[in-house]
Amino acid sequence: MYEGRYSMNRPDKESESKPQLKLEFKIGEKDFSVAGDAASKVKKTLQQLGLKPEAVRNIAIIVYEAVMNVIIHANYGQLKVIIVPDKVVVLTEDTGMGIPDIELAMKEGYSTAPLEIREMGFGAGMGLPNIKQCSHKLNIKSQVGVGTVLEAIVYLSSKN
Amino acid sequence: MKLKDIIKVLDAEVLCGEHLLEREVETGFGCDLMSEMLAFANSHTLLITSLTNEHVIHTAEIMDAVGVVFVGGKRPAKEIIRKAELNNIPLLSTPFLMFKCCGLLFVNGLKGCMRDATQ
Ligand SMILES: Nc1ncnc2c1ncn2[C@@H]1O[C@H](COP(=O)(O)OP(=O)(O)OP(=O)(O)O)[C@@H](O)[C@H]1O
Ligand SMILES: [Mg+2]
Repeated sequence: MYEGRYSMNRPDKESESKPQLKLEFKIGEKDFSVAGDAASKVKKTLQQLGLKPEAVRNIAIIVYEAVMNVIIHANYGQLKVIIVPDKVVVLTEDTGMGIPDIELAMKEGYSTAPLEIREMGFGAGMGLPNIKQCSHKLNIKSQVGVGTVLEAIVYLSSKN
Repeated sequence: MKLKDIIKVLDAEVLCGEHLLEREVETGFGCDLMSEMLAFANSHTLLITSLTNEHVIHTAEIMDAVGVVFVGGKRPAKEIIRKAELNNIPLLSTPFLMFKCCGLLFVNGLKGCMRDATQ
């Protein structure tokens, strides 16, 4: 069972106005429960920080889908959620087979998930499109046979 | 409709969340794919599914579902019911299969989700 590590850095007065909160989770091989646990922990933390429900929900969805992708399509990796006053950054890095064609992977309905994964309720090919829908900025870098880095940013304006 | 009314309509058994049955339900979403639930379902929706794994509970939590109905008399394992209980997600089990379950809820006034694929 992985627990999110929790660190609050407030080194000096300057940064007092810019508190940074970082949640980190290891994603172990075939560790299906880490996605839900991470999403739940991130959601509760963001709620405590007083973020708007819409932003909380979007970030929880990004975390869940991104971590699930690492578990299903890669070998192992890590999740970082960085919260600064004006934005939340969700970052997953994995070691795995990589994505040969990112544009294709982004298409609704495209999935390479095997049957046993589909039987669990995954493999709709909606995860990456969901992440895109829920974030303001999405960057994916991938190298076949090495791994994938996904960075999604949600800006926190007065409206969210 | 309230959850307690839905129990009558679906002849459902309450697996957990007895104290939450006064919750108001406006929309329903019937699906066996997690990503579709997360993409298309509104917040505060009743999830209707035939899957009984822990991922359903996580998905329900992420989208603030008012509750989950398991069709075809299915019921998740004890530790999964416990997880839902801890997260204040009422779980119901109905003997009816997906189509009949959704049909009964629809004729009794439950709406589909607003956030559909065309939006
Ligand atoms: N971290 C990753 N490593 C390798 N391949 C990936 C990764 N993430 C996504 N992919 C590839 O991109 C495809 C589309 O991903 P997406 O999340 O949209 O759908 P899915 O995971 O197959 O199904 P769903 O998310 O709906 O359960 C995957 O089927 C897989 O081929
Ligand atoms: Mg996915």
